[in-house]
Amino acid sequence: MATSKTLGESLRQHGVSRRGFLKFCAATASMMALPPSMAPAIAQALEKARRPSVIWLSFQECTGCTESLTRSFSPTVENLIFDVISLDYHHTLQAAAGDAAEHAREQAMNTNAGEYLVVVDGSLPGPNANPGYSTIAGISNYDMLMDTIDGAAAVVAVGTCAAFGGLPKADPNPTGAVSVQDLVKDKPVINVSGCPPVPMVITGVLAQFLTFGTLPELDEYGRPRAFFGQSIHDRCYRRPFYDKGKFAESFDDEGAKAGWCLYRLGCKGPMTYNACATMKWNGGASWPVEAGYPCLGCSEPDFWDAGGFYKALSVPTGSPGDVLLTAGAVGAAVGVGAGLMSRNQGKQAAKHHDKVTADQLEEKL
Amino acid sequence: MAKLAGIPIHIEQPEAEPQQFGNALPILNEIRHALARFAERAEPTRIDLAAIPFGPGDEERLMALLGRGEVEATIDALGPTRVWETRFPGVWVLDYANVEGERIALQIEIDEIPQMLRTQRADITDSLAALDAALASATAADPAAESRH
Ligand code: SF4
Ligand code: SF4
Repeated sequence: MATSKTLGESLRQHGVSRRGFLKFCAATASMMALPPSMAPAIAQALEKARRPSVIWLSFQECTGCTESLTRSFSPTVENLIFDVISLDYHHTLQAAAGDAAEHAREQAMNTNAGEYLVVVDGSLPGPNANPGYSTIAGISNYDMLMDTIDGAAAVVAVGTCAAFGGLPKADPNPTGAVSVQDLVKDKPVINVSGCPPVPMVITGVLAQFLTFGTLPELDEYGRPRAFFGQSIHDRCYRRPFYDKGKFAESFDDEGAKAGWCLYRLGCKGPMTYNACATMKWNGGASWPVEAGYPCLGCSEPDFWDAGGFYKALSVPTGSPGDVLLTAGAVGAAVGVGAGLMSRNQGKQAAKHHDKVTADQLEEKL
Repeated sequence: MAKLAGIPIHIEQPEAEPQQFGNALPILNEIRHALARFAERAEPTRIDLAAIPFGPGDEERLMALLGRGEVEATIDALGPTRVWETRFPGVWVLDYANVEGERIALQIEIDEIPQMLRTQRADITDSLAALDAALASATAADPAAESRH
């Protein structure tokens, strides 16, 4: 249950020194995508912050989002956040099941009425779909969501399934899956999309609520601008190659080895808004483009149905600014030439040994 | 749990020079501006390197350019934080790691001494009380102490 203890007290009780606290604030600022100069303000706010109660509902999901969070590499930051929030109900993580678990949820809702946060991962069968596709303790996902959000301060939809319907909603959507924002109209909904979302982004959003008691500024898809404000393409370190029209044409050609742009291999970076290019994955070790793999666009609505993963975008979309449009035009023009070249090379390569090109991969799919 | 560094993957970059992505120099410029600001108005700056889209080799390049100076320290709080002054006095690197030794943040600080190294006021007050208590209990346990009064 949420206690009246402040976060500062709670941390000191965990044996965290003041320097440790300062470090925590520096890492939290970094996590919230705030400038490091905000660390003292965060420290001040955190000293006084109270532990909010969190109810976490898991519907039609693969647990990847919870995995992303709990396997993240920063136990001192993310785990501390979890030590200081009061995670009163989490289908997947809690030991209790059935009636006992539902009782815990109801109790958290009553004790913290009007103040608790609801985190949802997974989509859910809509009101007109067969509720039997997904139930918990005999309660349909729809009923449980509507019941739980009643006294909530806000709802955080974690992962592309909760935010936009994700995989369950992909064509032909057999379960009639809908997203949280399709159903919740009278509470603020924050979409932390990604398949899964970057763990630091999940905790960054929770940390913001915890620290300042406010909800982040959102973009037109309901995503926090601090993390989803810039496209992968705009922050990609391979961008200079895109601008010069230097593209990898297959996963093992000279361009790929030299780290050229992955646009021709289907990179969806130009239309994808997420924090991967700066926050990276696995504790900042790397991210897909750095590993030589095109961005799939996993934080965007309906990305499963947006054509093949290895199909190049025909026109770079969704990126503002004349500079980018010009660069896009150059990139696309060069891309066409390079595409012709690659088909020729493909034929030649087939004679000698098997080199897999994006087109060939696409055909196999 | 196996640490990332323990997984035997070798990144091969035969043709790729570490500096090819060119994101180190803009940061070095930013540091230069911050240092000038500090020289003029004693205004400290902190730069969060997590917010910079570094490609492979960019960070190494930046660190090589900054080099190492005279001071190096480790702070043991919530895991180690390694702090060192670069070969440009007043430009510090703070490498924050968690208890498992994995990096959680990397910052450049332009100041006489990084904030993390300073002893905080509240700690000094607590420290005084702790020292008084230590003194009191040591005095009580020391039979010779009486005669020294
Ligand atoms: S298309 Fe992809 S690889 Fe190329 S610059 Fe944009 S995000 Fe980076
Ligand atoms: S690089 Fe693209 S597909 Fe990969 S996790 Fe980031 S946004 Fe999703």
